[in-house]
Amino acid sequence: MTETEGMNAKQKLAYYLDKSYADANAAHSKGELVCWSSSIAPAEFCVTMGIHMLYPENHAAAVGAKHGAIEILELAERKGYTMDNCSYSRINLAYMDLLVEEKKTGKTPEALQKLDELKVPRMPLPDIIITCNNICNTLLKWYENIAVSLNIPYIIIDTPYVHDWPIPQHTIDYMKEQFKYAIKQIEDLTGKPFDYEKFVKVQEQTQRSVAAWDRAMGMAAIVPSPLSGFDMFNFMALIVCARSQFAAEDTFNTLADELQVKADAGQDAFKGGERTRIAWEGIAVWPYLSHTYKALKNLGMNMVGSTYPGAWSIHYEVGDLGQMAAGYCKMYSNTCLDNKVNVISDVLINTNCTGILYHLNRSCKLMSFLNVETAEILKEKTGIPYASFDGDQTDPRNFSEAQYDTRVEALSEVMEQMKAEKAKA
Amino acid sequence: MSKVDTIIAELEAISKNPKKAMDDFKAKTGKGAVGVLPVYAPEEIVYATGYLPIGVWGGKKQISKAATYLPAFACSIMQSIMEMEIDGVYDELAAVLISSPCDTLKCFGQKWKGKSPVIQFVHSQNRNIEASNTFMVEEYKVIREKLEKILGVTITDEAINNAIEIYNENRAVMRMFSDVVAMYPQIIDPIKRHAVIKARQFMDKAEHTKMVRELIAEIMKEAVVPYKGKKIVLTGIMAEPDELLDVFKEFDIAVVADDLAQETRQFRTDVPAGTDPMERLAKQWQNMTACSLATDRDKPRGQFIVDLVKKHGADAVIICMMKFCDPEEYDYPIMLEDFEKANIKNLKIEIDQQSVSMEQIRTRVQSFVEMM
Repeated sequence: MTETEGMNAKQKLAYYLDKSYADANAAHSKGELVCWSSSIAPAEFCVTMGIHMLYPENHAAAVGAKHGAIEILELAERKGYTMDNCSYSRINLAYMDLLVEEKKTGKTPEALQKLDELKVPRMPLPDIIITCNNICNTLLKWYENIAVSLNIPYIIIDTPYVHDWPIPQHTIDYMKEQFKYAIKQIEDLTGKPFDYEKFVKVQEQTQRSVAAWDRAMGMAAIVPSPLSGFDMFNFMALIVCARSQFAAEDTFNTLADELQVKADAGQDAFKGGERTRIAWEGIAVWPYLSHTYKALKNLGMNMVGSTYPGAWSIHYEVGDLGQMAAGYCKMYSNTCLDNKVNVISDVLINTNCTGILYHLNRSCKLMSFLNVETAEILKEKTGIPYASFDGDQTDPRNFSEAQYDTRVEALSEVMEQMKAEKAKA
Repeated sequence: MSKVDTIIAELEAISKNPKKAMDDFKAKTGKGAVGVLPVYAPEEIVYATGYLPIGVWGGKKQISKAATYLPAFACSIMQSIMEMEIDGVYDELAAVLISSPCDTLKCFGQKWKGKSPVIQFVHSQNRNIEASNTFMVEEYKVIREKLEKILGVTITDEAINNAIEIYNENRAVMRMFSDVVAMYPQIIDPIKRHAVIKARQFMDKAEHTKMVRELIAEIMKEAVVPYKGKKIVLTGIMAEPDELLDVFKEFDIAVVADDLAQETRQFRTDVPAGTDPMERLAKQWQNMTACSLATDRDKPRGQFIVDLVKKHGADAVIICMMKFCDPEEYDYPIMLEDFEKANIKNLKIEIDQQSVSMEQIRTRVQSFVEMM
C-alpha cells in the first residue's frame, strides 16, 4: 500500500507539494543538502545524489496566489531591484534576504511571519543552486545574485538560444560537457562520487513522470474537454518539483484516470458549459487566478490549449545525454520565431482551439516580445482570432481586471460569430 | 583652433553622422557596411571582409511605429533601433549582426523589420569550461559562413588574424586615451571623451587608432594641472543622450573612467595571442569580466568599479541605468553593496535615449555634487 492510496488527484497534488517542502525543511535541519532550482532545469543530477530540490518559481507563484506578494515585492524594490524585474525573482531574492536575516538574528522578520500566517510554505536556504536559461536569461542574473549573496556553488546549464531551427550539434555538445561539469560540482559539494547506476533509475523515473504528465494533459484535446487549463496551472507545480520522482507519476496517472472517466461520461470541465475553446499563451496571473478563470468560464470559454504542458514534456532515451540536452534546450521560448509559431500552431490544432489569448507579461520579456509577430503569423496561418492583455505573473500592481474582461469579451464575440458562421456554412 | 580641437571636431562629426561615415567609406573602398548591434560581436570577422563594421546603438528618436512591435517595457536602445528599422534607416547595411545575451535581444534578432539580412548568434554563458570556447568557435564559424555567402567574399584566417591585430592595437590606444583623459579632464570634457570613443563605432579602426594616437600625443604636450571639479566613474550600458553629458559638464564633473558597455567594455579585453583566429576570438569572450552580459559566478563587477575609483582618485560613481535592461538592473543591488562596503558615493540615474527633459537629472546631479 502506498502512502497516497485512496486519494484523488487533487489530494495527491496537495499531499506531495506539502511533502516536498516538509522533506526539504527536515533535510535542512539534519544538515542534508538543499538545492534551489529553476523550473525547467535538469533535476536528474541533484536527485541522483540525494539533494533535496526546491523551486523558487513555484514558491513565488504560491506567494502570489496567496496574496502575499506586494509587501515582499516592495522589500526587493527597497534593496534596489526595480518594478520591471521579473516578479518571481524579486519575491525570491527578498525571501532569501528574510531567511538570511532570520538566521543571523534568530528572530523571524515581520514580513516572513506574515507569509507564514498566509500559509505560504517555508523554503530553507539552499546549499547549492542550479539554473537553466531555457526559459530566460533573466534566470542567469537572478541565480548569480543568489550565488554571490550566499557564497554557494552555482550550477549553470546554459542552453544557447536556438536562433535557427533545428538545435545545432555544437549546442548539444556544449550542453553535454556542461552536464559533466555539473556532476563534478555536485561531487565536489557532496564529497562523493556520482552514482551513475542511480542516475539511470532517476532518468527512468523522470521519463515515467513525463509520460504520465503527457497522458493527463493530453485529455485537454478531447471535445468537450474534461480538463480546464486552470487545473493544468495548478497541477503544473508538481511536474516542476517532482519530475524525477514517483510523486509526479502517481498523481498524473490518477488525474488522467479521473479525466478519462469524465470524458467517457461526456462531461466537460464546465459541467456542460463549454461553448468555445481557447489557448492561453504565457504564464498564469497568479494573484488573479480566480478572476482570470471566472471571466472565461462566464463566457463558456474553456482554456484547453497551452504551451505549458509541452514545456515539461522532456523525452529522452535513458542514458543518452545528447537527447537529454536537446530535451532541455527545445523549450519553445528558447527557439526561433518559426519554431515558436509551429509549437503553438500544433497546440491549437491538437486541442481544437478557435481563439488565443496572449498574456503580455511585464515580468517576462522573452515570453512577451514576440507576441505580436507570433499572433500575426498564426492568424495568417490558421485564421484563428486573438486578443492580448497586460499582466504580470505575480505582481498584482501590473494587472487590470477591467482591461482583461474587455479583451476577453471582445475575443469571445469574434469567436462566437465565427462559430455561428461556420455552423451556417 | 588647436590641434587637439581639430582632431576632436573631426571625430565628433563622425560620431554624429554615421551615414556620412558609411558613404565616405563606400566611396573610398567600393565596399559597404555591416551593422553590429549591442553589445558584443566578433567585429574582426566583419573587418576581414573589407566591409565596415558599424555600430547600431539607437539614438534620439521619437517613438511611434515601434510601439506596435515592442511594449513600453523594452529598453530605449531597442525602441529607437526598431523605429529606425521601420523607417528604413538601416536598409543600406549589407547585413546586421545581432547577439542574444539578454531576453530582449533574443527576440530582437527574430523581429528585424529592415531589409538587411540578419545574422543572429549566441554567446555562451557557462564560460569557465573549455566547452564554452568550442561552442563559440562553432558559433563564430556560422557567422563567418553567413557573411561569406551574403557578401560574396572569402574570409581567410590570415585576414581575421590581421583584423585582430588592428583591433587589439585600437583597444590598447583607447585604454591609453581613457587614462590620459583622467589626467587632463580640463582638456577633455565628458562630451569630447564620449565623441572620441563613439567615433570608433563608425570608422575603420586603423584610422581611428591613428587619429587617437595623434590626439593623445597632442594632449600630453600640456601640463597636468589639478582639477577644480569632481571626478567620477560611469557605469552602465551607455551615457547618452549628449544632454546628459552636458549636465555633467555644467557641474564640472569629469569622467575619469567608465565601465560603460558602449565605451570601455568594448576595448578593455584584448583578443589573446594564438594561431587559429576563431579560437582566439572565442577565448576573448571567455576572458571578459565584470560585465552584466557575461555570467560570472563571482560577480566581480562591483569590486572592479571600486578599483577603478581608487586607481583614478575618483570622488564617486554614477550608475547610468538603462531603463528596462534586466542584466544591468540585476547587477545594481549587488554593486550597491560593494560600493557601500568600500564607502564609495554613488548616484543612480535612469537612461532613456528618448529623454526630452534633463531637469530631474540636473537637480539630482546638482545635489549629488553638493553632497560630495
